[in-house]
Amino acid sequence: MLSLNENFPEYAVPGAKQHRFEPYADNGGSVVAIAGEDYAVIGADTRLSTGFSIYTREQKKLFKLSNQTVLGATGCWCDTLTLTRLLQARMQMYEHEHNKPMSTPAVAQMLSTMLYYKRFFPYYISNILAGLDAEGKGCVYSYDPIGHCERSNYRAGGSAGAQLQPLLDNQIGLKNMQNVTEVPLPREKALSLLKDVFISAAERDIYTGDCIYILIITANGIQEEKFELRKD
Amino acid sequence: MAFMGDMMNPAPLWHNGPAPGAFYNFPGNSSSFGPINHTVQDFKAHSATPITTTTTVIGLKFDKGCVIAADTLGSYGSLARFRDCPRVLKVNDLILLGSGGDYADYQYLKDIIEQKIIDEQCIGDGLQLKPKSLHCWLTRVLYNKRSKMDPLWNNYIVAGIQDGEPFLGAVDKLGTAYEDGTIATGLGAYMATPLLRDAVEKGPLDEESAKALVRKCMEVLFYRDARSFPRYQLGVVTAAGVTVEEPVELKHDWSLAHMIHMK
Repeated sequence: MLSLNENFPEYAVPGAKQHRFEPYADNGGSVVAIAGEDYAVIGADTRLSTGFSIYTREQKKLFKLSNQTVLGATGCWCDTLTLTRLLQARMQMYEHEHNKPMSTPAVAQMLSTMLYYKRFFPYYISNILAGLDAEGKGCVYSYDPIGHCERSNYRAGGSAGAQLQPLLDNQIGLKNMQNVTEVPLPREKALSLLKDVFISAAERDIYTGDCIYILIITANGIQEEKFELRKD
Repeated sequence: MAFMGDMMNPAPLWHNGPAPGAFYNFPGNSSSFGPINHTVQDFKAHSATPITTTTTVIGLKFDKGCVIAADTLGSYGSLARFRDCPRVLKVNDLILLGSGGDYADYQYLKDIIEQKIIDEQCIGDGLQLKPKSLHCWLTRVLYNKRSKMDPLWNNYIVAGIQDGEPFLGAVDKLGTAYEDGTIATGLGAYMATPLLRDAVEKGPLDEESAKALVRKCMEVLFYRDARSFPRYQLGVVTAAGVTVEEPVELKHDWSLAHMIHMK
């Protein structure tokens, strides 16, 4: 903390704020990813906004990095554009060097390193990576803006992340329930849960809405699905 | 705050004296070279705020192309300072560019873009820059500048024809980029966007109705935006090429104004 009795020039006293350039913007958006036994689904809304205005209602925020890895990124859109471009370049370099696509856990580690590389001027993005791991099992990795990485089976992120995570905890993690037994989550259940969760988000979060794009990652490749949300 | 000193790179403990643990070296002496003797601050002044500013740019896609409109006023704060600042630019036969925000920054980038186009024509292979390429290039230039905390204070709208299809994209001073059928920057985001989206939702537009709609938006903006001007330019890009109109005067009618009583 800076103490207040330092020798400030008269015009620089705390309280007299000068306007500074702000290099970050909050462009909103939410991502949800769910991993199953042999699949992973990831969905993101398509609203790109700033403050009270919507830039566009049809911005895809999911990036296919390989045919078994998908990144969902929300937050500061200019950082997202930059990071994903860098990621795609490094994925290509890996493929040319090793003659095989990068595995999802490897991408997950690389992303963490790339985020931490910008520790003191971070990419202001909430990233969620979904895909199949080396054994063909579904996996979800989530990040904070400076590169902390955690593997899990389900995760919500972005502007409505904090609202959606408890719902997933209850419905998929079976938290705070008695007399329940854990069973593998079928793909159809995961898909309908994902849609439900976004419907709730669109009700309460002004930065989430318009539409969601869902990518379903299986050993057979990636399927795309579109689902309409409320547009107000 | 700059006055508190830079916390990441603190100033040296003292100046012009011997480095800690070393003898005093006279200035200019070859032994005074070395990292320890760098006492000159390499600070750089950045333009933190825009100076001569322009207001809204509007972009609208129609079935066979795009239209862009912007007025010709350069404001100096609230002063209507420069009345002839054209900012709808024909880049080549495929691209139309509109800009809002700081006019000097626009002129700087315009010169660079024009030079790019000349360099390209000099190659003489008949290939032309396409709108998506310019749009992407702009995001990189603007993002780089913002990362140096020295932004180009502009919003750009790139319109054009990409492989026969209309293209309309926007980039702001941070490098935030997106494509959409309707784009309006500045105050236009609040006042023109609803009109544009409403019209587009009702069905596809042809060139004439798109132009009429954009003219209507310019009129609405003139009535409400205090930094706007009745002289504006309209540019159209279709497969046939790019045309930028000479500035036209907006017809405005304030005869209703006496009926509005503010209390």
